[in-house]
Amino acid sequence: MTPLLEVRGLVHRYGRAPVAAVDGIDFTVAPGETLALVGESGCGKSTTARLALRLLEPTAGQVLFDGQDITRLGGAALRRVRRRMQMVFQDPFASLNPRMTVNAIIEEPLVVHGIGDGPARRARVAALLDLVGLSAAQGGRYPHAFSGGQRQRIGIARALAVEPALVVCDEPVSALDVSIQAQVVNLLQDLQGRLGLSYLFIAHDLAVVRHVADRVAVMYRGRIVEQGGKDAVYATPAHPYTRALLAAIPRPDPDHRTAPPPATDAAETGTGCRYHPRCPYAIDRCRLEDPVLRPIAPIAFAAHTAACHRVEDLPPRPAVAVEILPALAAQRLALYASRASAR
Amino acid sequence: MGELPPSDRKRSPGLPQLTPLSEGAPAPLLTIEGLRTTFGSVAAVDGVSLSIKRSETLGIVGESGCGKSMLSLSIMRLVPDAGRIAAGSVTFDGQDLLALPPRAMRALRGRQIAMIFQEPMTSLNPAYTVGDQITEAMRAHDRTTPYAELRRRTVAALDRVRIARAAERVDDYPHQMSGGMRQRVMIAMALVHNPALLIADEPTTALDVTVQAQVLDLLRDLQAQTGMAILLITHDLGVVAEMADRVAVMYAGRVVEQAPARDLFSDPLHPYTLGLMGSIPRMNAAPGTRLLAIEGAVPAPGTIPAGCRFRPRCVFAAPACAITDPALIPFTTGHAAACIRAPVEAYA
Repeated sequence: MTPLLEVRGLVHRYGRAPVAAVDGIDFTVAPGETLALVGESGCGKSTTARLALRLLEPTAGQVLFDGQDITRLGGAALRRVRRRMQMVFQDPFASLNPRMTVNAIIEEPLVVHGIGDGPARRARVAALLDLVGLSAAQGGRYPHAFSGGQRQRIGIARALAVEPALVVCDEPVSALDVSIQAQVVNLLQDLQGRLGLSYLFIAHDLAVVRHVADRVAVMYRGRIVEQGGKDAVYATPAHPYTRALLAAIPRPDPDHRTAPPPATDAAETGTGCRYHPRCPYAIDRCRLEDPVLRPIAPIAFAAHTAACHRVEDLPPRPAVAVEILPALAAQRLALYASRASAR
Repeated sequence: MGELPPSDRKRSPGLPQLTPLSEGAPAPLLTIEGLRTTFGSVAAVDGVSLSIKRSETLGIVGESGCGKSMLSLSIMRLVPDAGRIAAGSVTFDGQDLLALPPRAMRALRGRQIAMIFQEPMTSLNPAYTVGDQITEAMRAHDRTTPYAELRRRTVAALDRVRIARAAERVDDYPHQMSGGMRQRVMIAMALVHNPALLIADEPTTALDVTVQAQVLDLLRDLQAQTGMAILLITHDLGVVAEMADRVAVMYAGRVVEQAPARDLFSDPLHPYTLGLMGSIPRMNAAPGTRLLAIEGAVPAPGTIPAGCRFRPRCVFAAPACAITDPALIPFTTGHAAACIRAPVEAYA
């Protein structure tokens, strides 16, 4: 299947910064698929999101949307493409205009793209509010009257107004409380099922990513260091950085203590693998030679790639203890689930 | 690069870690009774009772607006001007903090009770080096020690929080450090007077996950060395499971469940606790599982419903829940919940 979005050799350098924020990355997003870009702050994931929508101009590389290189488009042609790609932002407080009613906020993209007349647009806004779990009666109110989770629903409704094929979600739940996070994650999954959306999902929370993604690309200092199907990456993480990220997640289990990875005060050297100053497995080659993404064995996971010289030599990853819920907790959570679905 | 000594883990799985509170056990370090902090007619903290022993970590879990930060500010008597402590008592090491004269309270803050916050960047002054700020914290409660000695102690304090090449980094400005290093500087500053109690308000929320693991490990290690008690405020059940001996779950200004950490996770009683546990994406959940979101949102201040505050969001709510405001009642030793339908399987 032709990918909906394909990124080739993408580079972005802010001003005269000595280091490129995004430094030569390639990935694809298929129709109906969720690709998650994960990594820690400063790894370039949000810059990548903005490049994919051409909210930023790439220093080099191509962004193909439906086979068309959007970095070369302008004017009306670019606007036509933009209608099919939308964005949901991280901060539901900063990304909605406080002086506009919710109806006006959701209607705005329809106005911008000249879709429908007044009555048709109003009907569409009401349908969108319903789609994201808000009532049409709430549309006349201003953003301040809504909680964080409701505002994020408004942001999602606005993104869906123009019927996009691709939605770029930049940390869509990280500013929300846990219980609200779950509501929004569930909503995004439902909408994907109903509307066949593709998501480019930017996140730092690996547990959320495991929940929503089909494929995962792990970024470190502007590069993708590992990419593959969700199950392959989570079950058999190849890159030492991916392993460190997965090991650092605190688990809701008081009998488990997370062993921290070594401190990261090390200076960047500018040569070799970008991760080598933090890497417990680094050898001389890692200090000198920049690794490229390459398929890792076994070949059954052909789509699983990692940028590490030592993939074949690394010790097998210690088996992750399966999180087993204690019996009483499991019984009560099952009761909770059945009550919740009956509501 | 910073080679760290292997940290001794404070607790390892399988070892007994909680001594039951028995007759003759030492008095708690901090006891809060019926604390009520109000803003006009709105109670941000509405009748909270808690205690912490020396060397113990008490986790306070709850979502934004549950009153957990206002609780910690009330302990420190740093409630914003618009609010006031309307009722209750806070006893620290035998002293009634709410009755202490302002001067005595100032002498206690930073020396016996210290605090660290979520945002290390906004808590540090960008115009001074981190070393100067730590030295200043020492000077605040020590007018006599010569500067050279304070400077030496400052370097030692940075070294203690595992800042590599502390003697050089001491002259760095905050912007020259990473978020994790800044939070470690905040910890170094909080611990200069060896406080008996450290209040940590979302200390790792702004940090990356690998850095979070380092900061939590550091806190455990420092606690093992100094015997300080930690009041850890967080929204993250994973962080609580990592750190806490006991946990109090707060909702809309109240403690709705309180238990030893292991009991909370193995025997969660309050429907809100269950909802929080169901909302976390589990690393080994079956593909396609839906998260158990809690519907609705935390009630805005001033709109607390009658009866049980959690009732409008609760999947187990019964008609009686609209009438009775449930009290926190004990179920097993040290484990209490405020729910008339707990345990939920008894009413299924």
